Amino acid sequence: MISFTPTDEQQQLIDVIRRFAVDDLQPAAHAADEGERVPTNLAQTGWAIGLVPTLIPEELGGLGELSAVTNALAYEELAYGDLSTALHILSPSLFAAPITLYGTAAQREQYLPLFLDEIAPPFSAALLEPGIAFNAGALRTTARADGDSIVLDGEKAYVPLAASAKTLLVYARDSATGDTGAYIVETDAPGVTVGAREALMGIRALHTARLTLNGVRVGADCKVGGAVGIDYPALLARSRTALAALAVGVARQAFEYARDYAKGRVQFGSPIAQKQAIAFMLAEMAIEVDAARLLVWEAAWTLDQGRDATRQAYLAREYADKASLFVTDCAVQVLGGYGFIREYPVERLLRNARGFTTFDGLAIV
Amino acid sequence: MAIDFTIPDNLGSQMQMIEMVAEHMMRPVSRELDEHEHTRPTTFFENTWGLMRDMQKRNLDKLDAPDTGRKRDGAGITNLRLMLMIEMLSWGDAGVYLCLPGGGLGGAAIEAVGTVDQKKKYLTRFAEGDTPSWGAMAMTEPGAGSDTSAIQTTARFDDATQEWVINGEKIFCTNGKLALDESDGLVVVWASIDRAAGRAGMRPFIVEAGTPGVRVTKTEIKHGIRASDTAAIVFEDARIPADAILGSAEVQTGAGSGGFKGAMATFDATRPLVAASALGIGRASLEFLIAKLKENGIEIPYGAPYHTLTAIQRDVIEMEAELRATYLLTLRAISMLDHGQSNSLEASMAKAKAGKIVTRIGQKTVALLGASGYSREWLAEKWMRDAKINDLYEGTGQINTLIVARRILNYSSRELS
Repeated sequence: MISFTPTDEQQQLIDVIRRFAVDDLQPAAHAADEGERVPTNLAQTGWAIGLVPTLIPEELGGLGELSAVTNALAYEELAYGDLSTALHILSPSLFAAPITLYGTAAQREQYLPLFLDEIAPPFSAALLEPGIAFNAGALRTTARADGDSIVLDGEKAYVPLAASAKTLLVYARDSATGDTGAYIVETDAPGVTVGAREALMGIRALHTARLTLNGVRVGADCKVGGAVGIDYPALLARSRTALAALAVGVARQAFEYARDYAKGRVQFGSPIAQKQAIAFMLAEMAIEVDAARLLVWEAAWTLDQGRDATRQAYLAREYADKASLFVTDCAVQVLGGYGFIREYPVERLLRNARGFTTFDGLAIV
Repeated sequence: MAIDFTIPDNLGSQMQMIEMVAEHMMRPVSRELDEHEHTRPTTFFENTWGLMRDMQKRNLDKLDAPDTGRKRDGAGITNLRLMLMIEMLSWGDAGVYLCLPGGGLGGAAIEAVGTVDQKKKYLTRFAEGDTPSWGAMAMTEPGAGSDTSAIQTTARFDDATQEWVINGEKIFCTNGKLALDESDGLVVVWASIDRAAGRAGMRPFIVEAGTPGVRVTKTEIKHGIRASDTAAIVFEDARIPADAILGSAEVQTGAGSGGFKGAMATFDATRPLVAASALGIGRASLEFLIAKLKENGIEIPYGAPYHTLTAIQRDVIEMEAELRATYLLTLRAISMLDHGQSNSLEASMAKAKAGKIVTRIGQKTVALLGASGYSREWLAEKWMRDAKINDLYEGTGQINTLIVARRILNYSSRELS
């Protein structure tokens, strides 16, 4: 039966995160961006909402609720607060979610209970690779079997919280089969080098770094899912849906800010929102935010039905990328000269929105 | 509740039936009816009248059924069924869909605001008989397009005969000729009962075929949807019964201008249905384009990074995402109707988006098909022409954008005009 109403539990979660977004994340976002640092207390409060522990299976102490729809709703609200902080808070789930979905019993038992801690554990994942021609479907990082162990070689980019991570999930292509797998790698293992912090156009508060893997040797038991491996296309579909949800959150914040600004900004004797040139821009922004959100919901719902969502997720992400750029650019336009000034949030939102075409390899679930 | 995109099973099988109609009764006559404007799709009439008549009969029968306090038909899927049906029929042929027998927009207005007696009196013609009847809506005038407050047509009550007397001229009335000249149908006509009261004085009246003083003076020659007739109608002292007014005859100014606002609310129901028709045309274009590209060795890789895509692949992916987004905006507006929620904002969002996107898809499809796309041998060029009407009627894209703007800004029509 067609319905566009979240469950009561989902609505409660939305309300909690929205309050956090408005009361804490939005007010802190400018300073976080300028200072290139997510405030520790916000990271902690965000973690305490419990998004990651929720997806841990019940038998390991979590709630066992890995729903793409719930995640999409939650992520939109987090990004509505601040994208950098959202990605910071979600970084440990880049490790936990694939282990939950595809890990062997031993891997799940070893790692997942760590995510029930009150403090976010130092875990993250590395999928994206440097260069102008990144293709999530054809990774250049390789995994080669050598006796009882696996040898990893390659270079990764945009690894969130890599500098403080103890353990990473590294995505690599099996040089024999061509399949993409995920490998558990300790950052202090020989051959692993975490590079300097990357300097990016947007999401500046989030710490990301390059990662070099030079003949890194891990045990065969470090391959997620063992011989079966992971369902990489499904993982990409989840990741694209989640990223698109974050893009909707960024766009929504830009739309709401521009709408409120336009109602208060008086020129020629009346609020500029009363001019069709501005009002129509705002109307289109509202339509695009909703359109992108509905595509995200449909892709997420398809995932929760256990069906192949490759196409839906891809279309949702393509759409949300463009919509978030369009909406944030319009928001800067509505603010005119002020839109160009960093003190006003819309210029940051435009920089953040532009990143979604790049983030295809963040592997958020 | 939970977010859910499941189409009920029984609707799925009904749509398979409609698809057969679209594929076998509409597509084969599509080109012929486009080349010869105003030729009637008689086989289509014969094959769909029974279905439409029985649907109308079920609606009328419900008027006498005891109120059980809960909705029949599952949890309300009336509008969802209509949306899917219209999408599918428009995929077949939008012009032919528009002349689907039955009450149409006129019937919808009576359903929305008519009394039980009015429904029985005026809608029964759409629920019985062997020959089809049509209902139409006449709002637009030469000097009153989107600005309905400029309507010049008048309705004067004649106390002596207890009749309303209608005078004026209406244009752009879809199915006006089918309703008045070619069947025992009716037209819902918008007229002012008090010119000084402006919009508050505007009321819809039911005018039946055969009413003296009512003449169809013209059917337009059009860019697209050429199977459908778009009529001009003149009313000269047309006398209709006292009960032919929809809503109250009292003029109230200010916030409670009931009749007008109530009837305008029917747009909240019809706008998503226009979007549904647009969606059908858009899908016809896009499916055809993808099939032709495939014949020429061009596949669409879902999941490939942007830098590996050709310009054509990028266009198709963008068109597909836009069409799906429009479908979902429409589905939301429709679902809200079925749940009894107010949907003015969402209805106008869907309509504005649908008109724009489907126009673009139609035009892009012709371009990507090259010389063959421009040829009248294929239907792509016809779909492009058919698509454009969706950005014009039931409120232009701009009027619907204006409605969206007022809603999101919480402005009255005075504050944002």
